Amino acid sequence: MKNHKHFLLLLLFCLLPVLAIAGPKGAPKPPIVFEDPQVEQDYQELAEELRCLVCQNQNLIDSNADLADDLRREVAKMLKQGKNKEQVTEFMVNRYGDFVLYNPPVKSTTWLLWGGPFVLMFVGVFVLLKKIRANKQESQTDSADLSDEEKQKLQDILKNQ
Amino acid sequence: MKKQFMTPLIIFGLLVVLLVVGLIKAKYVRDVPSPLIGKPTPVFNMPVVEDLQKSFNSEELKGQVSLVNIWASWCVSCRAEHQVLNYAAQKKGLKIYGINYKDELLDARQWLASRGNPYVKSAFDKDGLLGIDWGVYGVPETFIIDQQGRIRYKFTGPVSVNDLEKIIIPCVDSLKAGKEVHCEKP
Repeated sequence: MKNHKHFLLLLLFCLLPVLAIAGPKGAPKPPIVFEDPQVEQDYQELAEELRCLVCQNQNLIDSNADLADDLRREVAKMLKQGKNKEQVTEFMVNRYGDFVLYNPPVKSTTWLLWGGPFVLMFVGVFVLLKKIRANKQESQTDSADLSDEEKQKLQDILKNQ
Repeated sequence: MKKQFMTPLIIFGLLVVLLVVGLIKAKYVRDVPSPLIGKPTPVFNMPVVEDLQKSFNSEELKGQVSLVNIWASWCVSCRAEHQVLNYAAQKKGLKIYGINYKDELLDARQWLASRGNPYVKSAFDKDGLLGIDWGVYGVPETFIIDQQGRIRYKFTGPVSVNDLEKIIIPCVDSLKAGKEVHCEKP
């Protein structure tokens, strides 16, 4: 009986992806075509820098989420209308925030993001230098700081040879 | 234990704590902070699902505290939420406007006919362009709009009865009372 329950749960689990991909219907849309190669290049660069909000670890180029497709088309449309990359980026940020950028601007809310790695690096270098210095001092004290008694012993050994 | 063994152990422990916190918070990772909070709603004038001859203009949102709910008949989690919206509109007297996102007209009408219509009216946003203006990335989403027509709160995902009682209604009530509030998840 218990096994039965597990099996049903498993079945339900297998169905989850089917439920999750339910999306708007509609015929597949035509591909995005560019006449101006410069516009196409701008589009490529932008779509690589903009993040898909549905599958958050992909950019607009990689993602085949429905929303990503809509956003790609919007980006293409705006570029064809003669808007520049900054204007398109601004359009996206006004709606989705800095989150949509894979290359976020440096400001008070993002300084940790930009500065964090450098802070970590300096801490690492500092710790490393300290460690090296400590080791050096230790190895120096080993040979140099002998007590008088020890020096005498050393002399005796050397003489006896 | 020797001190030299303790240091890596402590670092490892801190890393574990960091990762566990990350895993627990991962549930909420879809909550993208909206830059629209505090700003006026997008300006629009759209046909209405119930009657395409009529229109839904963003000006109508001014002068009252209302909710704007993004919904679609293909959206699975909207089904559960719809009951809550019906309850909110009928029993709690909330004014709810809809944006029907990337839907087929007949499906949308069928949905409202069979499940009840909690909306004052719903804009028919067939190609999803209005949704982009609202910064929509997952349906359902619910916005709270103040008397000046500014967006004061965004709720992503289906609103449960609990969310309604704990977040939405207190926020709407304090906006109605004219208090300067920051509506947040408790």
